[in-house]
Amino acid sequence: MKLDSKIPSGAIHEKWSNRKFELKLVNPANKRKYKVLVVGSGLAGASAAASLAELGYQVECFCFQDSPRRAHSIAAQGGINAAKNYRNDGDSVYRLFYDTVKGGDFRAREANVYRLAELSVNIIDQAVAQGVPFAREYGGLLDNRSFGGAQVSRTFYARGQTGQQLLLGAYAALSRQIGQRAVKMFPRTEMLDVVVVDGHAKGIVVRDLQTGEIRTHAADAVVLCTGGYGNVFYLSTNAKNCNVTATWRAHRRGAGFANPCYTQIHPTCIPVSGDHQSKLTLMSESLRNDGRVWVPLKKGDKRKAADIPDNERDYYLERKYPSFGNLAPRDIASRAAMTVCDEGRGIGDTGLGVYLDFRDSIQRLGKDAIAARYGNLFHMYAKITAEDPYSQPMRIFPAVHYTMGGLWVDYDLQSTIPGLFVCGEANFSDHGANRLGASALMQGLADGYFVIPYTIGGYLAGQKPGSVDGKRPEFAQAAANVAEMTKRLLGIKGKRTVDDFHRTLGKIMWSKCGMARSEKGLREAIAAIQALRGEFWQDVRVLGDGMTINQSLEKAGRVADFLEFGELMCRDALERRESCGGHFRDEWQDDGEARRDDQNFCHAAVWEHKGAPKDAVRHQEQLHFENVHLAVRSYK
Amino acid sequence: MTGNTTMKLILHVWRQQKRSTAADFKQDGRMVRYELDGVSPDMSFLEMLDVLNERLIRKGEEPIVFDHDCREGICGSCSLMIDGEPHGPQSGTTTCQLHMRSFRDGAEIWIEPWRAKAFPVVKDLMVDRSAFDRVVQAGAFISVNTGVSQDANAIPVPKADADRAFDAATCIGCGACVAACKNASAMLFVGAKVSHFLHLPQGRVERETRARNLVAAMDKEGFGNCTNQNECEAACPKEIPVRVIAEMNREFLRAKAVEEPPSKKRVGGDG
Repeated sequence: MKLDSKIPSGAIHEKWSNRKFELKLVNPANKRKYKVLVVGSGLAGASAAASLAELGYQVECFCFQDSPRRAHSIAAQGGINAAKNYRNDGDSVYRLFYDTVKGGDFRAREANVYRLAELSVNIIDQAVAQGVPFAREYGGLLDNRSFGGAQVSRTFYARGQTGQQLLLGAYAALSRQIGQRAVKMFPRTEMLDVVVVDGHAKGIVVRDLQTGEIRTHAADAVVLCTGGYGNVFYLSTNAKNCNVTATWRAHRRGAGFANPCYTQIHPTCIPVSGDHQSKLTLMSESLRNDGRVWVPLKKGDKRKAADIPDNERDYYLERKYPSFGNLAPRDIASRAAMTVCDEGRGIGDTGLGVYLDFRDSIQRLGKDAIAARYGNLFHMYAKITAEDPYSQPMRIFPAVHYTMGGLWVDYDLQSTIPGLFVCGEANFSDHGANRLGASALMQGLADGYFVIPYTIGGYLAGQKPGSVDGKRPEFAQAAANVAEMTKRLLGIKGKRTVDDFHRTLGKIMWSKCGMARSEKGLREAIAAIQALRGEFWQDVRVLGDGMTINQSLEKAGRVADFLEFGELMCRDALERRESCGGHFRDEWQDDGEARRDDQNFCHAAVWEHKGAPKDAVRHQEQLHFENVHLAVRSYK
Repeated sequence: MTGNTTMKLILHVWRQQKRSTAADFKQDGRMVRYELDGVSPDMSFLEMLDVLNERLIRKGEEPIVFDHDCREGICGSCSLMIDGEPHGPQSGTTTCQLHMRSFRDGAEIWIEPWRAKAFPVVKDLMVDRSAFDRVVQAGAFISVNTGVSQDANAIPVPKADADRAFDAATCIGCGACVAACKNASAMLFVGAKVSHFLHLPQGRVERETRARNLVAAMDKEGFGNCTNQNECEAACPKEIPVRVIAEMNREFLRAKAVEEPPSKKRVGGDG
């Protein structure tokens, strides 16, 4: 597997301009002859599909939801970063770049991150022009707030639903193109394979979820915008139907999978309430602007929060990280929460929780000011827990939230399969080993609005339009494989439900490949996953047929992929013998702080599929830091 | 916290195998009775249905189909008419955020899909809401291409206007307003789109075409008209106010009064 990152020449701030100039262009009259398939309709997918159609390409867009507006980007709460420096507090493109490289624990590609910071300002302009109602101040100009891992206020937000408002902007742009027949939209349609012809991605296989029909679509290029794999843990803040299937099946067709072990565990989620739990709910990181995180100083202190005086509380983030305090980055805040719970100081019935307390802010600013900032989040918390966060602190606990790993892409966002591009959370590109808050929306939209429209032209200019049609045997073969898998799943007629397998997998992943990992635990996990996968193919029960909506069948296909992917993730975690960002190995730490090994692991690990997860081959893309110097990441 | 007590429920659930075709929905499916015990008051309504589905599968019966995804009240996938109320008894709440503690032990609960001509039932409790997407495609956008925008702070927007736009933009497109309305009117949904853009200077440029096109698209899809019962506002999980309907009507009338767009005689280039 050849990994050419195609980082452009020149100084860091010239690279993107240089690359844009080097890329070949497609003549406007020729654009309409090329067809591009965009899979997924979240921030990355909707923005890519709309922007490509505006340029004149024929676009087909696919989503498994009933409407493109429901992709999981919709659920992002807190905000989106941009180096606008509207607050006059010392922000700049370079500072956002620096914070993101450092936040990612020096495991991201500098050139990509710089481009992301550069484009961040254009996103805000674009969104405002589309009518995205960002929060404003009384003077009518845009408001900002702070997020973890930064000492400037650069986060733009729309109450607690920034994701929905940005996605509605991209969805509106997409809808406009659909209305003009420039994009053909396929909702309730799931991608189940990539068709590779002569080494290039030239189409996909999909299943129409309503009729069960398995179809192929041929095109000149394919763009995957299919999100992350957090649901390998079963419980996560992802939507129930988020899955790894599109990227995993592309991986099986030859796309390298980079850094699958990099997962983000978000520090502020509502704790699990019982075995029936189907998903976890995030409480936005923005709450840490005004909420203080604490646990009792004494072990096993079961008094009510209000009865514990200040001198018997441990505001451990403020104590351990005085310069960032409650706004320490996510990986660090999560680990600190785990540490205090391991010490027996966790709160609530399960002891798996810490307090996020607004008492002091309410005293300082008044209840109304806090309600104006976080009203909908407080409302959501009260609904789920039946507790009032204005009068008692929130109980929170870390939960799986985002995945930094994904399909490997070069600077042009092209995977190791020519013609297969990957945008947003589905790729591995910009966040290294840990993503800073309010950077996911930024990346998804930068990729879709401002990167792929340029870089895909560079590829297409070298391709004859419509050179491959759906009559090539590769299409029928790929469709037959999908049909065969569907038939096989329906034919097992075992005893255990799909959810039962998924839940079991999730428990293995959370306990052995979650917040802390060890050689022993990972080896146990790999064996357990292999065994579970064997059982799945013997004993899963999928009722009904493949001819109408069959949600068990959809889930079964996704869980089958998670059962392979989970093993690769553990292998990646095992081979990365260092701690960095969200990847914490018990063996490599300094008193609870991650110990990186830049000598041996300053690279992206890229896995090549060789038939089974156990046979996958690990390649490396060396990372070079020419601008931000490798240093111990400190928030003290 | 509600401790370890569990509840027992009697559920009546609409089961329908095939997509609706008949005008009389009663021919397409039927209510089926299920008894369910061991329900925790901390479960969400959908988690309760998950438990029922797991038991059905173990018994060899096909699970109940329903739309759901984010389970945190924002994607708008979940629906369900619960005891005759869209999203159930709690105001300002989607079904996925409704918890079983809102019901009493031993309760008998009727669960049906949204019922509207423009929302055909796909299977069981799942409906086809693509009519909403088609309405949006007719004009619920600002015609701006990627890359042509000016600095985000170039046009100040009074905070009160931005807040009004925001209140309308919180719509999650779930369709509860249509399901609640005896006319199956989509005017709260469409009004929310009109209102969102109306209160922003960027959105005013196309106000007439937007009002005309959205109303035409809504009528074409077969949604009914508003007769001022305000059931939609009561059912809306995002509590969008009916003022958006008044705003839409006003915009529509205004658009009627303003001249039709100039004729397109002079097509072709100038140079």
